[in-house]
Amino acid sequence: MDAFTTLTAVAVPLDQANIDTDQIIPARFLGKLRPQQVEGYFHDYRLDPNGRPREGVTLNNPAYENAKIIVANYNFACGSSRENAVTVMVDNGFRAFIAPSFGDIFFNNCFQNGCLPIRLPADRVARIRVILHELPGAEISIDLPSQTVVGPDGQKDSFEIDPFRKDMLLQGADEVKITLGYEADIARFEAKQRQEMPWL
Amino acid sequence: MTAPRTMFEKIWQRHVVVDRPDGYTLLYIDRHLMHDGSSPAYARLKSRGMRLRRPDRAAATPDHYVKTDSRTKDVPDPDHRRLLNDITTNCNEAGVTLFDLGDARQGIIHVVGPEQGLSQPGITLVCGDSHTSTHGALGALAFGIGSSEVTHVMATQCLWQRKPKSMRITVEGTLSPHLTGKDIILAIIGKIGAAGAVGYVMEYAGSAIRNLSMDGRLTLCNMSIEAGGRAGMVAPDQITFDYLKGRPFAPQGELWDKAMAFWKTVPSDEGATFDREVTLNAAEISPMVTWGTSPEDVLSINGRVPDPASAPDAGKQENMKRALEYMDLKPGTPMESVAVDRVFIGSCTNSRIEDLRAAAAVAKGRKAQIPAWVVAGSGLIKQQAEAEGLDKIFREAGFDWREPGCSMCIGVNGDVGTQGQRIASTSNRNFVGRQGVGVRTHLVSPAMAAAAAVTGHFTDVRKLLA
Repeated sequence: MDAFTTLTAVAVPLDQANIDTDQIIPARFLGKLRPQQVEGYFHDYRLDPNGRPREGVTLNNPAYENAKIIVANYNFACGSSRENAVTVMVDNGFRAFIAPSFGDIFFNNCFQNGCLPIRLPADRVARIRVILHELPGAEISIDLPSQTVVGPDGQKDSFEIDPFRKDMLLQGADEVKITLGYEADIARFEAKQRQEMPWL
Repeated sequence: MTAPRTMFEKIWQRHVVVDRPDGYTLLYIDRHLMHDGSSPAYARLKSRGMRLRRPDRAAATPDHYVKTDSRTKDVPDPDHRRLLNDITTNCNEAGVTLFDLGDARQGIIHVVGPEQGLSQPGITLVCGDSHTSTHGALGALAFGIGSSEVTHVMATQCLWQRKPKSMRITVEGTLSPHLTGKDIILAIIGKIGAAGAVGYVMEYAGSAIRNLSMDGRLTLCNMSIEAGGRAGMVAPDQITFDYLKGRPFAPQGELWDKAMAFWKTVPSDEGATFDREVTLNAAEISPMVTWGTSPEDVLSINGRVPDPASAPDAGKQENMKRALEYMDLKPGTPMESVAVDRVFIGSCTNSRIEDLRAAAAVAKGRKAQIPAWVVAGSGLIKQQAEAEGLDKIFREAGFDWREPGCSMCIGVNGDVGTQGQRIASTSNRNFVGRQGVGVRTHLVSPAMAAAAAVTGHFTDVRKLLA
C-alpha cells in the first residue's frame, strides 16, 4: 500500500449530500477487472445516457482537472460496501476526501488503499466548498503527521484520526502482516472459544 | 456485580482478541459468508501465498451474477462467467461449503445464511456486502466489509475495528394489518435519515419488534445500512430459537442445549444504557413508499409528493429538486395516483416465504396490469412456494416466476429496467441508476408491490385486502 504523509493538491467540491457508492461507480462496472473499471468513475453522475458531460457537474469542469482531493457533503459514499468506490477514485488520481461524515464501510475501505478520509465540522466543509466553487483549481494542503488541513483560504483546521490508522497510512503498512504478528493471541482465542462455544 | 450491558457490548467483548491501548480492537469473526463478487479478495489471498485460516467457518453461494431465467453459468459476459466459475473453483480449492448453482440451497447469501442456520445469536458474522446487517435479526453482530477486509478475514479470521456507538430503536404498539417489517424500517429511516445511524450499531426493541416473525426481523435488520448503521440487531427470543431448531448448520442434541444456555444470555440486560435512543409508535405507521433517490425520501402511501419549498434549508431544497426531477414527480401529487411501469418482488430484503405469501394474497384472482417479476430468495424458498401453490397464483395473475438471485435489486446480471421506467420494488435502494440507467425506483413492501402490479399505480394495499 502507498504511504500517505502530506498532500497539496487541487480540490473539487461535491455539494450533494448522501452521495452513494453507486454514483461513484455504477454496479455494471464491478464485475470487470480493475483496469477496465477506471472509466466507471462517477460515470452516470458525470455523463448523460448519450455519453455527453452533464452541465453543472464540477467533476466535468477542466479547472478541477488533476484534483486529488474531493470535498463532499454529509454521508459521503454511503450505501454499497463496494471497495471499487475507493479504488476507482484512486485510479483517477484521488487520495483524500473531506466531508462532515462518511459511509462507515467506505471510511474503512479508504485506509486499505492509502487514502485519507477527513471529517471536519459541517459548516467548515460547506465554507471550503463555497471557496472551491469561487476559485476553481484552488488547492488544499493536508498534513497527516500534524493532523491539519489548510483550506484554500489559508485557514488551518485540525482533524481527528485513530492513531492505529494514522500509523498505517504513514508507513504504508500491510494490515494482514500486522495482524499475523498477533498469531499467538488469535490461537489462544480460538482455543478458548472451542471450549466456550463448541457448537460453532 | 458487573454493570448492565447491551447485547452489542456482550457480543463485542466476547470476541476481543486484542485490545490495543490506542483504542483499536482485533475482533474475532465467527462466520464469513461469501458470494460471487468475493473472488478478487481470494485472488489477493492466494497472491500472498496464503490459505483461508478457517475454511470451516466460511460458506458461499453465487447470487449477484446469476441469471434468473435459467441456471446456466455459461453467461454471455466473459467477466461474469469468470466470477461464476471462480466461486466454484475457489471454494473447492479452499474447502469452503458452497451452495452452487443447481443446488436447491443456492440463493441470495443473506437469505441462505439464516435459512441454513449459519447465522446464529451471539456470533460475529461478516460478508463483503453491505446488507450483511440482515443477520443481526438472529441476534448476531453482523456487518458488511470491503474487499480488502474480506482478504484480511480469510487470512486471519479477525478484523481491526474501533468500537461503534450503540443506538436503541424502540417501536411500541400494534402495526395495522398488512403492514410489515419493511414499513417499519422505512418509517425509521424516514425519521432518522440515511445518515441517522452512521457510527452506530442499532438494536431494535419494543413490542412491535418482538411481535415480528423472523422473516420480518430479517427485512428490518437488512436495511439498517440504509440508515447508515454499522449493524442492526434484534434480541434472540423464542421466535429465534424456534426458527433455528433443526436447520442444517444449527447445533443439534447436547450442543443445542449448550448453545441455548448461551443464547439466552445474549439479550441486553435490564438497565443497559445506549448512546442514543429513538422511539416510534407502530400504530402511526402506514404502508410506506419512497418518492426520491435516497431511502430517507419516504412517506405514507396516503401522502403527497413533497414540495422542495418546504425544505428546511437551501441544500436540502436543492437535493429534493434534483431527486424529483430524476423521479419525474411533481410536488403535491398524491402517491396513489402515480402510475408504475414495472414491479420487482425479490432481493435480500424481501424474497422470503412470508414476503411471497403476502404478495400472492394480493395477486390472487387479480391480473397484473404491468410486467411483474417474482424472484425467490433461494431455491428452497422457491420449492416451498411451489408446494404451497404460490407460483400458480402468480402465474395466473400474469407475474413472471423466476430463479433465485439478487436480480433487479442491483442488476449486475443484466436484470435491469429501461431508461425512464418507474419500478415498484421490494429491494433496499432507490439510488439513481440502481436498477438501470435512468430507471426510477420506489421502495415498497411485497404486498404494496403486488398492489401496484394489479392496479398499475401505487395503491394502499389495505383497500384491496379489506
